[in-house]
Amino acid sequence: MVKRILAIIMLLIVGFWMANALSGVPFGEDKMLVGKYYLENVKEQTGAVNAVTAVVVNYRGFDTLGEVTVLFIASTGVGALLWRKKKERTAKSEGSVVLRTGSKILLPFIMLFGAYIFIHGHLTPGGGFPGGATIATAFLMLYLAFKDYEIEHKVFEPIEGLAGVGYVTVGLIGLAIGSYFLFDWIWQTWGWGHENIGRLLSAGFIPIIYTLIGIKVGTELTGIVDNMVREEVKDND
Amino acid sequence: MISLYYFGAISLILIGMYAVLVKRNLLKMLVGLSIMETGVNLLLISIGYVSNRTAPILSEGATPQNTVDPIPQALVLTAIVIGVATTALALTVVINLYSKYKTLDVEEIRRLRG
Repeated sequence: MVKRILAIIMLLIVGFWMANALSGVPFGEDKMLVGKYYLENVKEQTGAVNAVTAVVVNYRGFDTLGEVTVLFIASTGVGALLWRKKKERTAKSEGSVVLRTGSKILLPFIMLFGAYIFIHGHLTPGGGFPGGATIATAFLMLYLAFKDYEIEHKVFEPIEGLAGVGYVTVGLIGLAIGSYFLFDWIWQTWGWGHENIGRLLSAGFIPIIYTLIGIKVGTELTGIVDNMVREEVKDND
Repeated sequence: MISLYYFGAISLILIGMYAVLVKRNLLKMLVGLSIMETGVNLLLISIGYVSNRTAPILSEGATPQNTVDPIPQALVLTAIVIGVATTALALTVVINLYSKYKTLDVEEIRRLRG
């Protein structure tokens, strides 16, 4: 009881302090400084229509590489912490008829939708991270529906690694052609796609990198799900 | 008087913090952590909002003059992904704790130590 009262007092203090701090920040007013520059130059400099994607992949591409690394380390950590000598699916029963039939029918469409999201990252809301999460959802559904289902580890792990290597390679080609890591060589040096801004084949390396990120995030989240679902089997005989 | 969006974001952060401080079940504490994260994301997004403007996608009539700030949205995109990664890692630690102590109660785990 004392703990609760203390917690509530502390929350009131923190809440008052935060509200006090935010009362000086006006809501709904134009406070852009760097954002204005990005919005005005995004079409000429990156070719992307979606300014958020341009900021994430092009202007702050190195930051996104760090983000992908964090996700990779987290997925590796999950794998390491849940490592057991022998792991198997231990589900007792299959999913219902509705779940099994529905997952078989919906699987290609969910994958297609995920691919659509990450390929059109420079045109519509979305991108590699939501697209990859959508693809991982398709595999999660298979895990829920079938009690013996397991992903092909020999296929998934190389794909994940190759996608990560591909991202770094695109950045290193930029370093070789231009002057800095993750230089947009397709847009700035080759000048491809300048005539069709707002269509699929534009925006330089953004669709390429976002496709790689989508594949990497999809396989990584699927790997996390796989590690959590399979349990240790003790052979006690 | 602060805006309703800031109020909502602060409330979410406080609700999450209450769960982290008071609850004894580890899973409930993690749920609280996720709620806090949502509050922070909502706060960042609403700071970047500008009244009567659209999403920063410069097609179909949207110009740099009538779109909101893209930077908070890009940062929140990063924050959501990192949130997923940390939640997965935390849940893994919880799975290991449960398999070792057969309980999720933090005070029980503290007593069982050694």
